[in-house]
Amino acid sequence: MRTSPGVARLGVIIALVLVWEVGVRLFGDPLFLSPPSHVAAALWQMLGNGPVMYALGTTLLELVVAFALAVGIGLPVGLVLGLQRFARGSFYPIVLMLYAIPQATILPLVILAFGIGPPSKIAFGFTHAVFPIMVTMVAGVQGVRPSLLVCARSMGASRTQIFWNVILPHMIPSFFTGMRLAMTSDLLGVLLAELYVSQAGVGHYTRLFTESFEPAKLFAIITCLAAIAVVLNELCRRAERHMSRWHE
Amino acid sequence: MSGARLVYRVTQAAFVAAVILVWWLVSRNGYISPILLPPLTDSVHEFVLLIERGAYWPDLSVTLYELVVAFLIASTSGCLIGYLVSRSRFAVRVFDPLFAGLYSIPAILLFPLYVLFFGLGPGSKIAIGATIAFFPIILNTIAGFDYVDRSYITAARSMGASGLQMFWSVMLPAAFPVVLAGLRIGFILAFLSILGSETIASLSGLGHRIVSYAESMDPAKMFAYIFLAIIIAFLLNAFVSTVEARVRRRHG
Repeated sequence: MRTSPGVARLGVIIALVLVWEVGVRLFGDPLFLSPPSHVAAALWQMLGNGPVMYALGTTLLELVVAFALAVGIGLPVGLVLGLQRFARGSFYPIVLMLYAIPQATILPLVILAFGIGPPSKIAFGFTHAVFPIMVTMVAGVQGVRPSLLVCARSMGASRTQIFWNVILPHMIPSFFTGMRLAMTSDLLGVLLAELYVSQAGVGHYTRLFTESFEPAKLFAIITCLAAIAVVLNELCRRAERHMSRWHE
Repeated sequence: MSGARLVYRVTQAAFVAAVILVWWLVSRNGYISPILLPPLTDSVHEFVLLIERGAYWPDLSVTLYELVVAFLIASTSGCLIGYLVSRSRFAVRVFDPLFAGLYSIPAILLFPLYVLFFGLGPGSKIAIGATIAFFPIILNTIAGFDYVDRSYITAARSMGASGLQMFWSVMLPAAFPVVLAGLRIGFILAFLSILGSETIASLSGLGHRIVSYAESMDPAKMFAYIFLAIIIAFLLNAFVSTVEARVRRRHG
């Protein structure tokens, strides 16, 4: 009987954790590296640590608000850019050019404009997330098969009917693709801003734990953030897969 | 059609002109603090000075050095490990979801750890750039080699191709476009993350210079470096796209 890939994968992960544990205990400098058992203990302690939990909650809130804003604004703007020939011809190239700007360069400006609290993180997450949504919406509108439009038109559908019954249902898969890409960018934007400067957010604690040489706590908070990221990404990915299957 | 296109170009030009005009008016009349938005003329002046004097070179060379080293590490390890994994169907099914799962964790989270390990200098930027670039490269390498049409392999084997011949004449050309796309994505991601991590904590580099001028309240110089970083980003984008198109045309 052959081992299933899932079991083998689990074995690989366990082996890596063991190597980490033994390697660090034997050779690691405790100022820089912690074995996973210590990280787990620090994680357990951290769950009871009010301020750190509050910071993690704030980051989650920043992520969600930035994402909601990006969807709320990127969706209609993307639709207009896709549907309106004039808007697409004139402004879509500008959107693409703005999208290509490395946003890390404007991070200090965003902080200067919105302060070091949550608003700047939300703003930076928003500017990261809004572009993927707009771009996938435009691509989605353009991906509607022309024959369907011609067909609907020849059967006498009005513009509103075409929009609601032909274009919009066809946009659903690209909308969810856009959401998934936007979530990845949202995470990058918010975390980048958090790490750059932060009053009492997670960035404050990562800096604190780095500077006080407490790698176990640092690993623990990074693990929490990674868990948040994986859950949010996975939600969007599931939604995308579910909705595109429905579309087939 | 060309009439419509002319209208688009005119609208775009008008839009850009409007942005410049608003910037000029707003900074001139003091509606926005000059720390946030310095007069456009000052920023352009600083940018021209920067280019003329070549003062950008030390920082630019640090950033480019970090990028090149990070990309070399990521591409060598990514392609090599990816190829080894792709050799066995079983290994692909074990490792591909593992790497894909790790890829969904924002790698920038590791930056505080890397600062702890490698310090504030280029080391931590190289590490973060290499980590971020590694994943698209290895995932595309695995995908590229794994999806080579099995009938090609069977055909080549039945014609008596040796292992080496199989690799050079069948596997590599078939996998190449996908691997190449991974390399392009990895390169761009490495650049963006190096720029981002220089902003967070560093001693030199383009990102560092932008932040240090922001913190010393010298916005005109900061904008000069922002312009420079954006131009570099566009040039790098154009460079990798050209390389990819050219390699693809020659070997595709």
